[in-house]
Amino acid sequence: MIPPLRDHVPVPTSARNLPPPVVRTGPWRWMRANLFYSPWSTAATLLFVALFAVLAPPLLRWAVLDATWAGGTRDACLDAAGGLRPGACWVFVKVRFGQLMYGFYPVAQRWRVDAVALTLVLALAAVLPWRPAVQRVAALVGAPLAGAALAWTAGGWTAALAAAYLAAPLLLAADCEALDRVRQRSALARAAAVLAVAAAAGWAGSVLAGAPWAAAWCALVLGAGVLGLRFRTVRAAALYLLALVFPVLAHALLVGGGPALPVVPTEQWGGLFLTLTIGLVGMGASLPLGILLALGRRSELPVVRLTCIGFIEFIRGVPMITVLFLASVMLPLFLPEGVGIDKLLRALIGVALFSAAYMAEVVRGGLQAIPPGQREAAESLGLGRAAVMALVILPQALRIVIPGIVNTFIGLLKDTSLVAVIGLLDLIGMIKTATSDPNWLGFASEGYVFVGLVFWVLCYGMARYSLSLEQRLRTGAPSS
Amino acid sequence: MAGGGVDDRGVSQGPPREPVWTARRVRALAIQGVILAVLLGLLAWGIDNAIHNLQKAGIASGFRFLGNRAGFDINFRLIDYSPASTYGRAFVVGALNTLTVSLLGIAAATVLGFLLGVGRLSRNWLVARTAAGVIETVRNMPLLLQLLFWYTAVLAPLPRPRDAFSLGGVAFLSNRGLTVPRPLTADTVWMVGAAAVLGAAAALGLALWAARRMRLTGRRLPVGWAGLALVTLPAAATLAWGGVLLGWEVPVLKGFNFAGGLTLVPELLALWLALTLYSGAFIGETVRAGILSVPQGQVEAARALGLGPAGVLRLVVLPQAMRVIIPPMTSQYLNLLKNSSLAVVIGFPDMVSVFSGTTLNQTGQAIETIGMTMLVYLAISLAISAAMNLYNRKMAIVRR
Repeated sequence: MIPPLRDHVPVPTSARNLPPPVVRTGPWRWMRANLFYSPWSTAATLLFVALFAVLAPPLLRWAVLDATWAGGTRDACLDAAGGLRPGACWVFVKVRFGQLMYGFYPVAQRWRVDAVALTLVLALAAVLPWRPAVQRVAALVGAPLAGAALAWTAGGWTAALAAAYLAAPLLLAADCEALDRVRQRSALARAAAVLAVAAAAGWAGSVLAGAPWAAAWCALVLGAGVLGLRFRTVRAAALYLLALVFPVLAHALLVGGGPALPVVPTEQWGGLFLTLTIGLVGMGASLPLGILLALGRRSELPVVRLTCIGFIEFIRGVPMITVLFLASVMLPLFLPEGVGIDKLLRALIGVALFSAAYMAEVVRGGLQAIPPGQREAAESLGLGRAAVMALVILPQALRIVIPGIVNTFIGLLKDTSLVAVIGLLDLIGMIKTATSDPNWLGFASEGYVFVGLVFWVLCYGMARYSLSLEQRLRTGAPSS
Repeated sequence: MAGGGVDDRGVSQGPPREPVWTARRVRALAIQGVILAVLLGLLAWGIDNAIHNLQKAGIASGFRFLGNRAGFDINFRLIDYSPASTYGRAFVVGALNTLTVSLLGIAAATVLGFLLGVGRLSRNWLVARTAAGVIETVRNMPLLLQLLFWYTAVLAPLPRPRDAFSLGGVAFLSNRGLTVPRPLTADTVWMVGAAAVLGAAAALGLALWAARRMRLTGRRLPVGWAGLALVTLPAAATLAWGGVLLGWEVPVLKGFNFAGGLTLVPELLALWLALTLYSGAFIGETVRAGILSVPQGQVEAARALGLGPAGVLRLVVLPQAMRVIIPPMTSQYLNLLKNSSLAVVIGFPDMVSVFSGTTLNQTGQAIETIGMTMLVYLAISLAISAAMNLYNRKMAIVRR
């Protein structure tokens, strides 16, 4: 006689009549288990406690208790006899704060940097995957705050521009019948319409802001997006704009030109602004370049493969400083006479090439991890070589190597500090200049501690974000 | 019938004939030809521009400058060098300095890395948190910043030689660096090295014999300690009684600086400190990942066999962890070598500073100096990479 099936389901142990496990909690129990569980452990604990007891009080006194916070001149950090006061002089950082953030960007024009930074933060918030809870909080609190900040810092036209930029993804992804009907017109008519709009925008741009090409390009991309493409999600549309429109807009706004925006040459860029510019441009350039190099390294064509291997191994075998020297000293030699390249651009080329080689190796790791069955299955479905790569292999490969990509980004952000060696005034270059100012000698520690803190927050934040992303993707998909 | 097509009965024979330009091989050749042509064209264009630009600026080219008088001094050197020496000699001095600081850094960073890695996995909460704190602090700040911090904010404000910190009256720490006693040796100093080499050979023999004996009888010998004794004791004995060591030259304060002794300049100290901490933090993470990669079951099985905690770590966990640790650790070593080029920022005369810095500025021969600098790093990197690939193949799990 077969018993009913559910009688076979075992009763979980916890449901039987066992006594509850003995709970060992409380601070003393915890200390016994984690600090004093063996003679060696006790010795180590005591040693470290002693170490902290010796080191922590002077550090705390220097950084907080004896430190000088108020004031605006060097005299605030001097005692009655004219000697330096014992604690840290944070007044130094306070006085130099503007330069550490913007370099020598004219004070009256700094709102342009703020506007670009705010737009970027919002655009990234729309594109990057966040935990839903974070998303909700950001939408409720962040967006109005950011909008207000934008309007306050930028005022009038720029705020309108940024708002238009932020609203554009909604338009591109809008589920609108009228738009769909327009999209069914002949390709020729749509292309003509887009070109006409772009030309008009170029004319308007040249009259209003002295930036005809930027305006025409933005209109072209937007028009092509509205009339030619159909985005399923706002995020996809935002990504499209971030990749194609944002760099051009940011460049036009930061460099300037025309009556409304005086030109700010890149020699005046500096501080955290320059560090982030180099870091972000490097990230944006190194990922696609690295993917191309990784694909090239796995190519069947010997010339392509050997060129890519040669490039990757060469760059990975030499220090970044020499690559920067190469870009800043040797690059001008190889160009025709009279073709000057901006110093910042040279550094950007060096940084992008350098991190592309490392990125290529990270991506290659992902490509190698995709089982060959994926390619075979995709090919048997009739996909061509490019489609197999773009639709099947790369999305999986890149997802596997997200931690590696973020690690490379973190390394890149730290490595941007080397541009100080070729004379750019990034955050490190700025603090070096500031600490050697004869009026402020003797405050190097404060400066370096502050800059270190800024870098630490940026890099640690990226690492934590990567970690959470990794965990979420792993729970989402059982593969890999 | 050659090629494909359809015969008169309408039955397909073989693949349909392709037009010549879509045939795979033809297309592949064409693509590669175009790429090669573009690359070579770019190269030729660049070289043409360079020749023109160099002529215009009146800069010589070629490697003749290596024999010219350098005219600048180098404050830290392992071989004889003076401003009257040649650029070629300066190149060697720079390369040796890069190797010196790299080897010092690798040795210290390995020790620190293992301490941090094992420490972060410790059951002791305080030890684990401290190690994690050090690693996360150091890893997330640029090395350049740390280097500047140690050099400008820590070592530069040290007291002058007159008020130097005395370490037992024989070594002194001041803003001129760390001055330590220098051993005075006779010409027969090579005997110490010879004794060490002989001892190492004996230790190797012992290790091979002990391994054979363990396979046959299962009994183990303390090979590690015996080997250490075999290498160090004969060398120490030669040093002590062979009449090699004549005495120590203890530094003494003379005027504004120390006379005699060996001085580690503050640039070297700062670079060593920064490289050790930075690479040590990364190696710590590597070690931790390696130890975590050994399945817990291995530890449990080893303990079930009666091994103590030290035995478990030494005989079971570490040998398996090393397989995972060594490749990333090598790339950390290579990173350290490349990072040592930051010396140029604080003025330590390494490869980059001496050659891509001073020599480049004096001669203007950018292509030659930067090229030679890159070649040195490239040669070391490629050599170590090749050695690592060999090692990896040997260590890989043999599938039977």
